[in-house]
Amino acid sequence: MTEQSVPLTPARQTPVLETRGICKSFGALRASREISLDLRPGEIHAIIGPNGAGKSTLIAQICGTLKPDAGSVHLLGRDVTHQATRMRARAGLGRTFQISSLAMDDTVLQNAVLGALGASGRPWRFWKDALHDRTLTETAEEALLRVGLEDLARQRTAELSHGQRRQLEVAVALTLRPKALVMDEPMAGMGPEGSRLLTGFLDQLRQEAPILLVEHDMDAVFSLADRISVLVYGEVIATGSVEEIRANAAVREAYLGDEA
Amino acid sequence: MIRETHVNAFTLALFVAIPLWAVMADEPFTITLMTRAAVFAIAAIGLNVALGLGGLVSLGHAVFFGLGGYAMGILAHHAQTYTALAEWPLLIEGTKSMPVIWLTAIAVSSLAALAIGILSLRTAGVYFIMITLAFGQMFFFFAISWSEYGGEDGLSIYVRNGFPGLNTLDPIQFYGLCLALLCLVLVFVWRLAKSPFGLALNAARQAPVRVETVGLDPARLRLVAFVLSGAIAGLAGALFADLNRFVSPVMFSWQTSGEIMIFVILGGVGRLFGPVVGALVFVALEHWLGELSEFWHIYLGLLLLLIVLFGRGGLIGMVSGREAVHD
Repeated sequence: MTEQSVPLTPARQTPVLETRGICKSFGALRASREISLDLRPGEIHAIIGPNGAGKSTLIAQICGTLKPDAGSVHLLGRDVTHQATRMRARAGLGRTFQISSLAMDDTVLQNAVLGALGASGRPWRFWKDALHDRTLTETAEEALLRVGLEDLARQRTAELSHGQRRQLEVAVALTLRPKALVMDEPMAGMGPEGSRLLTGFLDQLRQEAPILLVEHDMDAVFSLADRISVLVYGEVIATGSVEEIRANAAVREAYLGDEA
Repeated sequence: MIRETHVNAFTLALFVAIPLWAVMADEPFTITLMTRAAVFAIAAIGLNVALGLGGLVSLGHAVFFGLGGYAMGILAHHAQTYTALAEWPLLIEGTKSMPVIWLTAIAVSSLAALAIGILSLRTAGVYFIMITLAFGQMFFFFAISWSEYGGEDGLSIYVRNGFPGLNTLDPIQFYGLCLALLCLVLVFVWRLAKSPFGLALNAARQAPVRVETVGLDPARLRLVAFVLSGAIAGLAGALFADLNRFVSPVMFSWQTSGEIMIFVILGGVGRLFGPVVGALVFVALEHWLGELSEFWHIYLGLLLLLIVLFGRGGLIGMVSGREAVHD
């Protein structure tokens, strides 16, 4: 299944998320070189590349924590290059982090309610108990149920295992009802069983929100991705289906080695 | 381990029982000490909103405490000298009414906190500490040079301000007023910590990036917390001035900022009753150790050292362990 052979309806052709020629340098280091890629409805687009290839820099620019030197970022057809992270989140961009970024002293439920609160856009309420606000807790509990953390809702987040924190990251992103998801190594540090469960979950999720997936776990990437882009030295050297990437000589040389 | 709610209830019981005993034993000075503790507790609860919930280490809360004090001092000064505070464009007269003074103190200190917050919250960590400290010093020296209101000597108010239906000159009645305000502030902050705003502020302290990725603005949450914090400290300042019937630039000094922070750390940062326990213990030590030695701060220093080194949750943390997860 090559890109050309997929029958594209007009709706499928409109990318949900797109970067157009973004460049970013840190001194002499060119971390992003004219990166143009897109995320289409219903797909998982994986970004792979060796350490130091510029994956984190790319994600930071897509999510708004870094501003590109040149080029633009588009979300649902709108130019968001100059929008802050929180504006992109409100526009429907969900994100999970490579290193879990959660309120560790709070409960699992509180973290999920935070997401629902962000989605509601109404944090300026100073009296009513947030955990007694049905509209917030229902959204939060539904998200926890979907990732399988419903039984741990009252647990302190710091007491969760590494894999469970990853699940919670996904749940918080889901409370935003995202139109697109950017996931930075969701499988990292997970056991084989956790990895398998999460793979199954992401497989279902792509219909609801397409996923830009940065991942080192090649089994997961190859089993999930509709398309793969390979990033080396800040440059996309190839984009294509799993088969195309496996067969690509430049990719094999630069990155995959014997693994493929 | 004793449950934190039991420690809180016990503390509140002390704030009721000790003054009642003092009335019966005819010990008005003890009532004054308890009033001092209640007022310090309110100031420290204010700081705890910024420090405990927001993670903002402000060494400038004397600004708000002092502004509250001077709001009382200036209004009452004009009332007792029968002069107008301003004649143009509006005629503003002084007042001896506590509710009006309190509202003025809250409004003035909120505005100051808004301005200082907008400027200082651009920084974090040690720079934030230094900037808040610098603002404190600016107000301190301004008050010293403001000769119209007593300059270095401060302002004396001869008769305590009034509250409808109460004789505020009676120590126990004034104490009752302060205790009622302490309880109101406690209820407000208790709700605040659990509210949607409190949840977001709490998360902004622990994981600011997360808060941003769910579409909220950590900087704005912190600013609002800083303003609320300043407003509460301002109210305490007005009460403190009324307790002493005197305001002076000392209220603006960095030592005052430091003491308010000591109350919070002593009792337990981020805990509802931490500042209350801290203020009560501080006033007790100040009284008892102060009788033993002029240099009682040495012992206070030792106690603080022990608490910071061994009981990271303050006195409440030492008694009841780690904070229970709120449901």
